[in-house]
Amino acid sequence: MQLEFSPAEIAFQKEVRTFIAENYPQNLRSVQDEGHDLSKEDFLSWHRILAKKGWIAPAWPVEYGGIGWTATERFIWSEELAAADCVGTMPFGLSMVGPVIYTFGTPEQKAKFLPGILSGDDWWCQGYSEPGAGSDLASLRTKAVRDGDHYVVNGQKTWTTMAQHADWGFFLVRTDPDAKAQEGISFLLINMKSPGVTVRPIITLGGEHEVNEVWLEDVRVPVENRVYEENKGWTCAKFLLAHERTGIAAVARSKRGVEKIKAIARTEQDGDRPLIANPFFKRKISELEIDLTALEFTELRSLAGEAAGKGPGPESSLLKIKGSEIQQRITELALEAVGHYGAPYFRGFGEGDNEHPIGPDYAHRAAPTYFNTRKTTIYGGSNEIQRNIIAKLVLGI
Amino acid sequence: MDFSYTETQDMIRETLSRFLADTYDFDSRSKMIASGTGRDPAIWKALAQDLGMLGASFSEEHGGLGGGYLENALIMEELGKVIAIEPYLQTVVLGGGALKAVGGAVADAVIPEIINGNVIIAFAYAEPQGRYNLANIRTTAKKDGAGYVLNGHKGVVYAAPWATHLLVTARTGGATTDVNGVSLFLIDANARGIVRRDYPTVDGFQASEIYFENVAIPADALLGDEGAGLPLIERIVDEATVAVCAESCGVTAKLHQGTLEYARQRNQFGQPISRFQVLQHRMVDMFMEVEQSKSMTTMATLKLDLPAAERMAAVSACKAKVSRSAKFVGQSAIQTHGGIGITQELAIGHFFKRATMIENQFGSADHHYERFERLTLAD
Repeated sequence: MQLEFSPAEIAFQKEVRTFIAENYPQNLRSVQDEGHDLSKEDFLSWHRILAKKGWIAPAWPVEYGGIGWTATERFIWSEELAAADCVGTMPFGLSMVGPVIYTFGTPEQKAKFLPGILSGDDWWCQGYSEPGAGSDLASLRTKAVRDGDHYVVNGQKTWTTMAQHADWGFFLVRTDPDAKAQEGISFLLINMKSPGVTVRPIITLGGEHEVNEVWLEDVRVPVENRVYEENKGWTCAKFLLAHERTGIAAVARSKRGVEKIKAIARTEQDGDRPLIANPFFKRKISELEIDLTALEFTELRSLAGEAAGKGPGPESSLLKIKGSEIQQRITELALEAVGHYGAPYFRGFGEGDNEHPIGPDYAHRAAPTYFNTRKTTIYGGSNEIQRNIIAKLVLGI
Repeated sequence: MDFSYTETQDMIRETLSRFLADTYDFDSRSKMIASGTGRDPAIWKALAQDLGMLGASFSEEHGGLGGGYLENALIMEELGKVIAIEPYLQTVVLGGGALKAVGGAVADAVIPEIINGNVIIAFAYAEPQGRYNLANIRTTAKKDGAGYVLNGHKGVVYAAPWATHLLVTARTGGATTDVNGVSLFLIDANARGIVRRDYPTVDGFQASEIYFENVAIPADALLGDEGAGLPLIERIVDEATVAVCAESCGVTAKLHQGTLEYARQRNQFGQPISRFQVLQHRMVDMFMEVEQSKSMTTMATLKLDLPAAERMAAVSACKAKVSRSAKFVGQSAIQTHGGIGITQELAIGHFFKRATMIENQFGSADHHYERFERLTLAD
């Protein structure tokens, strides 16, 4: 074991840092700095730059478009991305359906779908949750009935993130209504432009449009777009959920979040001292930072296990629970730090008036972000479900 | 000792509760917020003229019902149960509180107009650099002939776009954080030289940044003694802090109730999620926080007339506890609801937003723990 990076790893760090500095789109940087919502093109502009460089899918096997970086190099890469405050790439293709397709898909499916995921030409969304199937995902009722070489799909999905931009979606559907819950589910790739697909926005507490309802009415899906065997889609779903959970620790991004709070707390005045000199506030920052270090080294140990050939197992639930709680605490502290200026609602500011600004820029999104981040302990399997998983599969109780 | 309410107090609560049930359902509230002015003035008028509610905490000589802190608390609690966006806190508790404290001609003139619903007051006290320190004031009121000239910037002034009057803290002397040299003024909200930047707040109100640019105000705008206004300001803010805690009792009671109802009807894994023990215990914890908030609010309401140091310690104890409860109950409500709790479509998320803003209103939990310690824990 050793903590320090090797000379080769330090050189790698320098290389990726330089690449980011020289290639991150300036206009995207200003959109972020000014606190605007990101458009589809904003997300894709950075994605395409990474795709062109060949660095879009570090976690994929080389034969499918990965890079062959070691676990340490991937760790360095994600640290550098977060340190430079780069927008994340959308996970639905790269981290979710991509690995499912290269693991379970046919050669034709790999050839058809993987290039669009890598290039960013296809925007993906995830059709899992339903109004009646949240934590109990396996109770989903969207059904697909075989009709010749098509399935006819009917049902409703919800919480479908960024479906308003999506070209394709991966859906869990029931193909055998008589089977027990997890059996009888299939994994379908559905073209979102198909007749019968309707996407309706859900506006969340910060006023943002991230998630949607997706209605499927007699949508015809070619059988060739089913991944893996009929009625065995739960295998893909479980595989994907485990993958989703590892990224969910969000250590690098949270480190960046802690740094932002420190910057706010150095600026905000608390009497005759900066807020960061307030012993109560300082203690909360250090508690956060120490818990984040515990999470970071837990993730590193888990990555080392993966590198040694152990796939991400149920202990990734630990990363999800602690990672999501830390993300929430960061937004709590940010809101606390901005004091009175947490209250103004930036979406209602109207035309700009530079002479009479409404509080500091860093305050504008503090409350909406805090509200929105409540989602992290709910999505991807709520933290209650994650604790059940640990109890059952790790502790054996 | 007696913790029971009088018949009049019970009647106030019942009347208000019935009125709000009829007028302030979630859809109506959403429509008010989305309307041009962000409120429905007819509600305020009805509270004043049909229900006599705005007079509950004022003396009979001024045309009120002869009540005080308890009436304010129970009205705020009822308003909290519907997350009302009415300027009761600013107009009656803060404005009315200051006027009652100073008495005299200005009180005789303005209080009846508050009771009639003709006057709406906004409290312009916070400044960008000031955080929760009430003496941290850069806004100046310089003597000019018989009157004063106001200059400065007040931030996040709730209800200012609706206000007929502004209750303003300003320096008539001393340096930025001096205890002496602070004065309190009640001025015309439309006086020349007042520049307002209006905006909605995340919890559904309207607020403003207010810039005073050489605003000439008359001598009789001064409430209390020049330069010695801080104790008066501290007193009305303490009264308002307790009123916000009372509001929080209403808000968190509804968060808890809504969560219970949802958990009973939401089925997962073949049963209502209310059967899962981990959720049951969370809902029990929420219940205990709501009950303790009510206890602390009662305690502090009954101590508002004690000498300043005792009053402040009681108010800070109350707010510290209520702030923490508001956070716990709000977060727990959303977590128990799951995704549906994070949407704008359900009322629960809006109760959560108000609970969140209550946490830091008139001081965060940390601020009040610190004040409590300063007053009660000698080294």
